[in-house]
Amino acid sequence: MTTAPAVPTTTAQPRGWYKRNEIAVTPWLFLAPAILFFAFYVIWPIYQSIVISFYDWDGLGEARFIGMDNYVELMDDGAFEVSLWNNLKWLLFYLLAIPGGLFIALFLNQTVTGIRIYKSLFFFPFVLSQVVVGLVFSWFYLPNEGLLNGVLGLVGLGPVNVLGDPTMATYGIIAAGLWPQTAYCMILYLTGLNAVDPEQIEAGRLDGAKGWRMLWFIIIPQLKPATFIAFVVTIIGALRSFDLISIMTNGGPFGQTRVLSFYMFEKALSEYGFRMGYGAAIAVVLFLIMLVFIAYFLWSMWKEEKGR
Amino acid sequence: MRFTTKSMLMALAGSTMLAGTATAELTGDLKIFLDTSNPAPRATMEKMIADFGAEHPGLNIETTVIDREAYKTQIRNFLTADAPDVATWYAANRMSPYVKAGLFEDVSDLWAEPAIADNLASTKGAMTIDGKQWGVPYTYYQWGIYYRKDIYEELGLNEPATFEEMKSNCQAILDSGRKCYTIGTKFLWTAGGWFDYLNMRTHGFDFHMELANGDVKWTDDRVKQTFANWRELIDMGAFVDNHQNYSWQESLPFIVNGEAAAILKGNFAVAPLREAGLDDGKLDFYQFPEITPGIALAEDAPTDTFHIPANASNKEAAREFLRFVVSANVQSEINNGANLGQLPVNAGSTVDDDKFLNEGFTMLSENSPGGVAQFFDRDFPAEMAAEAMQGLQEFMVFPDNLDDILKRLDKVQERVYK
Repeated sequence: MTTAPAVPTTTAQPRGWYKRNEIAVTPWLFLAPAILFFAFYVIWPIYQSIVISFYDWDGLGEARFIGMDNYVELMDDGAFEVSLWNNLKWLLFYLLAIPGGLFIALFLNQTVTGIRIYKSLFFFPFVLSQVVVGLVFSWFYLPNEGLLNGVLGLVGLGPVNVLGDPTMATYGIIAAGLWPQTAYCMILYLTGLNAVDPEQIEAGRLDGAKGWRMLWFIIIPQLKPATFIAFVVTIIGALRSFDLISIMTNGGPFGQTRVLSFYMFEKALSEYGFRMGYGAAIAVVLFLIMLVFIAYFLWSMWKEEKGR
Repeated sequence: MRFTTKSMLMALAGSTMLAGTATAELTGDLKIFLDTSNPAPRATMEKMIADFGAEHPGLNIETTVIDREAYKTQIRNFLTADAPDVATWYAANRMSPYVKAGLFEDVSDLWAEPAIADNLASTKGAMTIDGKQWGVPYTYYQWGIYYRKDIYEELGLNEPATFEEMKSNCQAILDSGRKCYTIGTKFLWTAGGWFDYLNMRTHGFDFHMELANGDVKWTDDRVKQTFANWRELIDMGAFVDNHQNYSWQESLPFIVNGEAAAILKGNFAVAPLREAGLDDGKLDFYQFPEITPGIALAEDAPTDTFHIPANASNKEAAREFLRFVVSANVQSEINNGANLGQLPVNAGSTVDDDKFLNEGFTMLSENSPGGVAQFFDRDFPAEMAAEAMQGLQEFMVFPDNLDDILKRLDKVQERVYK
């Protein structure tokens, strides 16, 4: 049996369409499954949400086109306003996880016996399910039996009902969310610190940099990739905060801890929620807010790629 | 009741005919979806379905039990997409989204049969929308005030019959360093129970239903009167502090530990309270006292129901199952103390000999001339109920916000009932 020659006789027959366009087509073939799934599971639902937001629909019967009415109603909806503000609070205060994570990482970035154990202990909250975190913190905050009030009582401060007080509840939930999120940022920074160039530190030290100046001018610039990732995951985490709210306060007291995602769920899908159109309109607003951040992330990644 | 030979013969003929058709025709699959996910109700239902299966060996019954809370959101999916033949749900307005969307089967034909028409007449109203019946009830239970008898005895108090007595009792309880009522409003609906009773006692059943149907504005002076009565209790400090943090289960330890003297709740609270150690010597029940003299007393008695989805595939067997569920014997059996521990809906069945079931049954059958309501979130349309219960919770924490709350509810009302 003879094997075919390595180079076929090219002149004998014209090449097929695929062969002629191989270079151009192959990447698309490889991308096709991803594009298909992305279109079907991401783009199409986004389009559907936008369409539904123009309808008055209970999810069961006939949908009725009402144009912008859902959005007009949103403008005048006090509960929507509260949710929007709460989303802003989440975005702002959740970012505390980044400096928090950085300082814990710096603190743990040393060689002492058993440091791995300490590191794992600090990372532990991130491994817990959000539901468990929510439960633990709601016990911690309990108005009478909670640990927080026990500690406050020791220093002579009156009992506070964090989750029952509409002005404090959202901050209480954010604090609970910061616990695992800080651990996440810490891990990102710990890996980042491994990649810090010792020679640059040496050089900085020779030039007399130490303490804060060393941190600010030598270490943090080198941690920029870690900071970027920490920023991305924290922003996304803040925008999709849902489980903690659902577990700790169920949106209460009287709706003061709702964020947009929770409000959307309540209006469209919860026990008493039959307003798909209105829920979709809330989802679209949330999507637009996310789009600002997504656009920024994509833009900075694109800039990075181009810079190379 | 007098038995004549003729009526007995007819009954006999009827039952054999029924059995005859049943054994002859019932074949195929019967898919049943249940929301009775708590251990005791679950066992009860499974036993009942097994009994039904034994009567119809040709039928292949498949039962799915779904978590009670999850069921409330899943029902809309399975009614449209993959409908079972029988599904549990709740009476009154809670049915209406599915009735209006044409997802429940009209079972008026069952209600025309004498066995159901005669024995279930008391619940027919709660199953009726647009003049047709959309399901059958299988159990109901009373609401009322469950209180610590030993605390009342210690303080020399009696079960109150009027609002004045209710308040003076409460003052005595407060003076002894306890709270009058425990409540957990984290999931809002418990506050709806208080509003139901205060409104029905202040203005009567008919007014309450006018409000539920959107015929009365929330800013109406009469509604404000109800809230003024409620506020008297709130200002006294009658309710436990921080109730917005607790679920109803989490609010029970207050009454168990004697930090609160009573709770307004449905009969389902009895089982956990007994389990926590309150025997019948310590726990007792009274009807919510009269507020406006002369107003006929009306009660909340939520009814749980079985329905046939419009997309069901074996409606013949499903109808037979519904007949079976409401029959007198089955009703006596599944509602007894060892099973659901609630009240049977069939007039021909017997109420189990339990202190609270007896009191509840007597109250509902003899001392509830005003009418029987379902419950706040079953009588009011879903969206109205959700907004209103949130407002009720806010009112209980910040009574001064009342005007603002009522204005908001008016706005919701305009949209919901248009």
